[in-house]
Amino acid sequence: MEYFIELFFSGLTRGAIYALIALGYTMVYGIIGLINFAHGEIYMIGAFTSFVVATVLSIYGFPLLSIILLAGLAAAVWSASYGYTVEKIAYRPLRHAPRLSALISAIGMSIFLQNYVLLAQSPDFQPFPELIPDFEFMEPFAHVVGSSDVVILLTTALVMVGLTLLIKFSRLGKAMRATAQDRTMAMLVGIDVNKIISMTFIIGSSLAAIGGMLIASHIGQINFFIGFIAGIKAFTAAVLGGIGSIPGAVLGGFVLGLTESFATGYVSSDYEDVFAFSLLVLILIFKPAGLLGREAAEKV
Amino acid sequence: MNKPVLQVDGLSMDFGGIRAMCELDLEVHRGQIVALIGPNGAGKTTFFNCVTGIYNPTAGNIFLNPPDGSKPIRLNGLKPNQVTRKGMARTFQNIRLFQKMTVLENVMIGRHCRTSSYIFGAVFRTRATVREERETVEKSYRILQKVGLAGAVNELAENLPYGAQRRLEIARALATEPFLLLLDEPAAGMNPQETRELDELINRIRDEGHSILLIEHDMKLVMSLSDKIFVVDYGRKIAEGSPREVSSDPAVIKAYLGEDIDA
Repeated sequence: MEYFIELFFSGLTRGAIYALIALGYTMVYGIIGLINFAHGEIYMIGAFTSFVVATVLSIYGFPLLSIILLAGLAAAVWSASYGYTVEKIAYRPLRHAPRLSALISAIGMSIFLQNYVLLAQSPDFQPFPELIPDFEFMEPFAHVVGSSDVVILLTTALVMVGLTLLIKFSRLGKAMRATAQDRTMAMLVGIDVNKIISMTFIIGSSLAAIGGMLIASHIGQINFFIGFIAGIKAFTAAVLGGIGSIPGAVLGGFVLGLTESFATGYVSSDYEDVFAFSLLVLILIFKPAGLLGREAAEKV
Repeated sequence: MNKPVLQVDGLSMDFGGIRAMCELDLEVHRGQIVALIGPNGAGKTTFFNCVTGIYNPTAGNIFLNPPDGSKPIRLNGLKPNQVTRKGMARTFQNIRLFQKMTVLENVMIGRHCRTSSYIFGAVFRTRATVREERETVEKSYRILQKVGLAGAVNELAENLPYGAQRRLEIARALATEPFLLLLDEPAAGMNPQETRELDELINRIRDEGHSILLIEHDMKLVMSLSDKIFVVDYGRKIAEGSPREVSSDPAVIKAYLGEDIDA
């Protein structure tokens, strides 16, 4: 039973991170219908930014809490500026081109960013400082759930609630939904659509960056390639949940995380990806729009 | 006489080798209801699309003269959202509401370009944002009362009956605070009762100080509403004048009914 709970929490933590990244995929898809393959790289850049900032700050002896906050903030801002720039130079000029062109551009951007970090940071794994200490009050539960799991889960929950409120109630959120539903009409009611699309990339990238920092601190090492596999998994989570749907991305993330965790625990860690992608195939066979996705009526 | 709020000079629009609109001149004066009529395919909606910035016209000039007397604005090359900000809003022939949003949200979206709070304000609930949100809701609600939809604020737009959807589109356009309102076939598909209510609504909007340019096929409505009518056919203006002048113009009769065989 204890083993089960341990696997359950590790699956939740994993799922929370997938969900954070998947939100970026699903928001961008919802608003411009593009799979932003460079999104995983944005997450990786977030992890590296927090790595650099946290290392520098700890050399100067800052207290741990301020290191976490400043590193998270720096990662969010830096990744957001990357997300914004990628959209501006790689996707905006192709806004009216066929979808495939933008998709290829996205893959190109992904390869470019990976190699750029490879050259700048060397291909080796680098040890990531442990940012989240072991809390004392967590002591009695430490054998099933770690402190960093709890921090990751709480942070993710907070971010998701915030995002949901933002999209549901704020002026920006309404403009985003309007742009997703009918871009021309959104322009005609006076919405600067380009600005809204930029904001979507900025928000999605910041979320990915925070995910990047949390998981890097949890696992303890990073290199230039972590964005690729995390990106693919998060994309899978977004599709599982129904791409374009925000609650879907969250649900998809958790389903995927738990599946992987149990598969690793009860079968073998070699089969982790096999289970993840088999699940994807199964869901796409029986529910092609994803768990919470709406069956899209073909526009004629 | 005052300068017209909308002044269009020699507007032409080509699609490839096809000239959809040829050197069209049109003026809308302050407080006027002006109708643009013509047979199907005459280029009326193309005209609207050029004026609102969806198409960039091949030739000609479009000027807005704001009624507050500030200097004329040339609209050529502006994007639709910029045109809306300058004070012109439109509705569509085929209804284009945000179907998955509530009635109130649809109107609040129209207030987007008149408000300014962004993510910072939304996250930290600054006083300016809270006040702005309250004003947006109040103003939107007042507009909904005006068009008679105050009882349906929380319905999804897609669940409204047809006539109400049309009125909601007008409400959304009004929320952008336009001084000039462009209505593309507002009465299309309406029953006589709904059309009468629309007639009343448009008059009321005009009395509040908006100028209106409309495309319409319902001739009874056009004749009763309009101060001035422009008639186009094959992208050219064939007549303009008061309803009485236009309805007796031989060129107009020819365009609509064809030539008399005996003539």
